[in-house]
Amino acid sequence: MARSVSSRRKLINTGLAWAIGLLIFFPILWTILTSFKTEAQAIASPPLFLNFDWTLENYGVVMERSNYARFLWNSILIAGGSTILGLIVAVPAAWSMAFVPSRRTKDILLWMLSTKMLPAVGVLYPIYLLFIQLGLLDSRAGLVIVMMLINLPIIVWMLYTYFREIPVEILEAARMDGATLREEVLYILTPMAIPGIASTMLLNFILAWNEAFWTLNLTAVNAAPLTAFIASYSSPEGLFFAKLSAASTMAIAPILILGWFSQKQLVRGLTFGAVK
Amino acid sequence: MHLRNALRAATALSLISVGAAQAETITIATVNNGDMIRMQGYTDDFTAKTGHEVEWVTLEENVLRQRVTTDITTKGGQFDIMTIGMYETPIWGANGWLVPLDDLSEEYDVADILPAMREGLSHDGTLYAAPFYGESSMVMYRTDLMEKAGLEMPEAPTWQFIREAAAAMDDPENDINGICLRGKAGWGEGGAFITVTGNSFGARWFDEEWTPQFDQPEWKAALEFYVNLMNDYGPEGYATNGFNENLSLFQQGKCGMWIDATVAASFVTNPSDSTVADHVGFALAPNAEGVDKRSNWLWAWALAIPAGTQKEEAAKAFIEWATSKEYIELVAENEGWANVPPGARTSLYETPEYLEVPFAKMTLDSINAADPTNPTVEPVPYVGIQFVAIPEFAGMATEVSQEFSAAYAGQQTVDEALAKAQAIATEVMEAAGYR
Repeated sequence: MARSVSSRRKLINTGLAWAIGLLIFFPILWTILTSFKTEAQAIASPPLFLNFDWTLENYGVVMERSNYARFLWNSILIAGGSTILGLIVAVPAAWSMAFVPSRRTKDILLWMLSTKMLPAVGVLYPIYLLFIQLGLLDSRAGLVIVMMLINLPIIVWMLYTYFREIPVEILEAARMDGATLREEVLYILTPMAIPGIASTMLLNFILAWNEAFWTLNLTAVNAAPLTAFIASYSSPEGLFFAKLSAASTMAIAPILILGWFSQKQLVRGLTFGAVK
Repeated sequence: MHLRNALRAATALSLISVGAAQAETITIATVNNGDMIRMQGYTDDFTAKTGHEVEWVTLEENVLRQRVTTDITTKGGQFDIMTIGMYETPIWGANGWLVPLDDLSEEYDVADILPAMREGLSHDGTLYAAPFYGESSMVMYRTDLMEKAGLEMPEAPTWQFIREAAAAMDDPENDINGICLRGKAGWGEGGAFITVTGNSFGARWFDEEWTPQFDQPEWKAALEFYVNLMNDYGPEGYATNGFNENLSLFQQGKCGMWIDATVAASFVTNPSDSTVADHVGFALAPNAEGVDKRSNWLWAWALAIPAGTQKEEAAKAFIEWATSKEYIELVAENEGWANVPPGARTSLYETPEYLEVPFAKMTLDSINAADPTNPTVEPVPYVGIQFVAIPEFAGMATEVSQEFSAAYAGQQTVDEALAKAQAIATEVMEAAGYR
């Protein structure tokens, strides 16, 4: 039964939620605002919030200096490709763990997650050497594979949690009706799990989009995504914060819009399993 | 007539086809700073002259360093030219990772490169990287505040004078700090600054047997002087200030003095970014009284070719173009003499138009006063002024500078920081087999 909440309390809660939300969003808002300032205004002290002469100059400079479309296209291909490839591997893996678990399933899940505990730089050289041998350096295919492998534990975990919520009786009923394994997964399980798969896809896409270690270290020209685009505007000797902010805004805009439109699915997917 | 035309057409065709066969696309890894970005804008001039195309990979300095180091040590072959500094060049050259630049054309005039730069970018007398621009460090000060304080900045001040001037200009009520200096941890940030300050007090990283020297009185004198000066007249939170933070403070009129890279001179005198553009004076980096070494460093961003590239000829052609006298003239013609890459060529400082730029002479004097093989008073077994050109230095100096920054932040005393620095350096040098 839902607990009754007084309207005063509701007001406080709403106010608090907004305050926390704005606090979390503030760095992004500040980046966006800075991108419309001149370099001198960007470092002004006290900082200028809205009372400055808005300019699009930084965007002009960034567009002129960099091939934004190429970076964007690479980001879309790498994030999208690794997400799809990840799902192809993870759906059967999560299915088997959820519906035909063995004694070691829990251990395997934990072991998979343990790969996320390794600092990435620890395996930079082995991966780099492998990429040289396989001719994958600075290729989108190489990055799709690496991104897929990095995010695979999270995808499998999310899908596993999701699949566990689906009553096994439904699958058994399908089997009784003569459904093959392929039909069972494709026509019964997948449609029922679509909200979970969608939120997993979204989260994985966002993680791959934002990944900035491997994408910087394994690319040069051909496969460089938006993270490399941002890195090219950062400078320890020179104040180019407004241009850096413009580049950052352009890099996060697509994912921000995607996240905005799909926030319901995202929240549902991330909190799934918390309430039974 | 027809025959002659036909012959001409055939010759032209064959020339085009030869040109096309040799035209390459080279990939260059570089840093994001004003001069490098400007060079990218002139790439078309290089392509028009040679037919070679250029792909740029621009990265932040630390990312670039990690990226190119990974590539060169694994022979990844991602880049045909790398932008590297004075620290990496002699080490990589010694390891055979770079193509020697010993066959550059006569017109290029290698002898015109400033001797300090040439030395710092060579190993065993062989040049491994060509300087695109060079820098030293110097004092930048507010002429208006100096005048108000009734002081006159000598061309070659001592640390004692700097302290006196900082006290006179310090004005907390008006948010003006007497002096702004780097304190941020990192071998290239605060680590570089405290190393050159140490030099100017007669301190050194190692003696000739590679024994760390942080337990010597010179280091204590240098670090104590720095901490006292900054605690008394520096900005709040200076322990986390690097180049950019101080640049921002100076441009907003919040520093009486700032001692840092000569390349900053063009920023602080640019009226569109700096509120104090008309009131900036320059002087040589200071030394402690009675010490015959100043605290100016030497650095160059230089272009080098990784060994194993398939496009060595095209890469060499690019380096010859980008670091040539003609390139400097090209930039001067289009953007004025104040915007040409400084500190690389002697001939630039013989150009009357360039000598009219307010910071030109002081930059040259600062570079000439720097000697990478004799950075401090007593002899040292290493090359480098604000660094020690050995592979172990970057990691070790970052750790040491973290200890120093903790002392700046008041988390430990100067003595504690020096004792830890000594322990860190001793351990690294023993593990690496120097001792």
